[in-house]
Amino acid sequence: MKLRYFAWVRERIGKAEEDIDLPENVVSVRDLLVWLKQRDDGYAQALQHPEVIRVAINQEHVDHKQPIGDAREIALFPPMTGG
Amino acid sequence: MTVPVRQIEPLIRVQSDDFDLSVETARLTDGRTDIGAVVAFSGLCRDEGGSLSALELEHYPGMAEVEIARIAGQAIDRWPLQGLSVIHRYGKIKPGENIVLVVAASAHRHAAFEAASFMMDFLKTRAPFWKQEHDAEGRPQGWVEAKAEDDAAQSRWSER
Repeated sequence: MKLRYFAWVRERIGKAEEDIDLPENVVSVRDLLVWLKQRDDGYAQALQHPEVIRVAINQEHVDHKQPIGDAREIALFPPMTGG
Repeated sequence: MTVPVRQIEPLIRVQSDDFDLSVETARLTDGRTDIGAVVAFSGLCRDEGGSLSALELEHYPGMAEVEIARIAGQAIDRWPLQGLSVIHRYGKIKPGENIVLVVAASAHRHAAFEAASFMMDFLKTRAPFWKQEHDAEGRPQGWVEAKAEDDAAQSRWSER
């Protein structure tokens, strides 16, 4: 599955995207954030306050309770500041 | 039997290039005699009292277009519009330059005003764009923080 990161989430993790095989116990978006956070310091810094992180699955906004299912692409990013 | 309502197709563009408000307005109104109101909103980069030399806008290619189309679809469902155009720029934008354009056309002013306002409130909070500030010396600074008032402006549309 492809993970994509934007803005300060991208800067803190240190990459814009990566392909990752998730462990079976990662079922929901919340599980994913918890699992990523313990990978290294960059992830820990990016996901220090997981509740503020916005998530899109297959380019559609989802909340943290959403099951990941067979998502092709999951994106993590800060609250948006366009317009 | 219900007669299907013919819905307009919005124009949506995500681009680094500038846009021309009058060209985009004319695109909706040329050759039409049924449009009574056009509301055009453009958002510009401001210099924050001289402390800012540019905004760098990052976006999520693909999702940006799709999400703007979702928001535009909601506006079209909600108001009787005869035209709707949205252009959002990305990349480095200097003070005085355009960032975003919304043009809404309708028979009457209320629909055009409200649809344009609705579009902007949802673009601010749902369209995947992020602004980073560059200081007066051109050095990248922090990311602009999302404002609670923008969330409040968005949620007022669901209270009606």
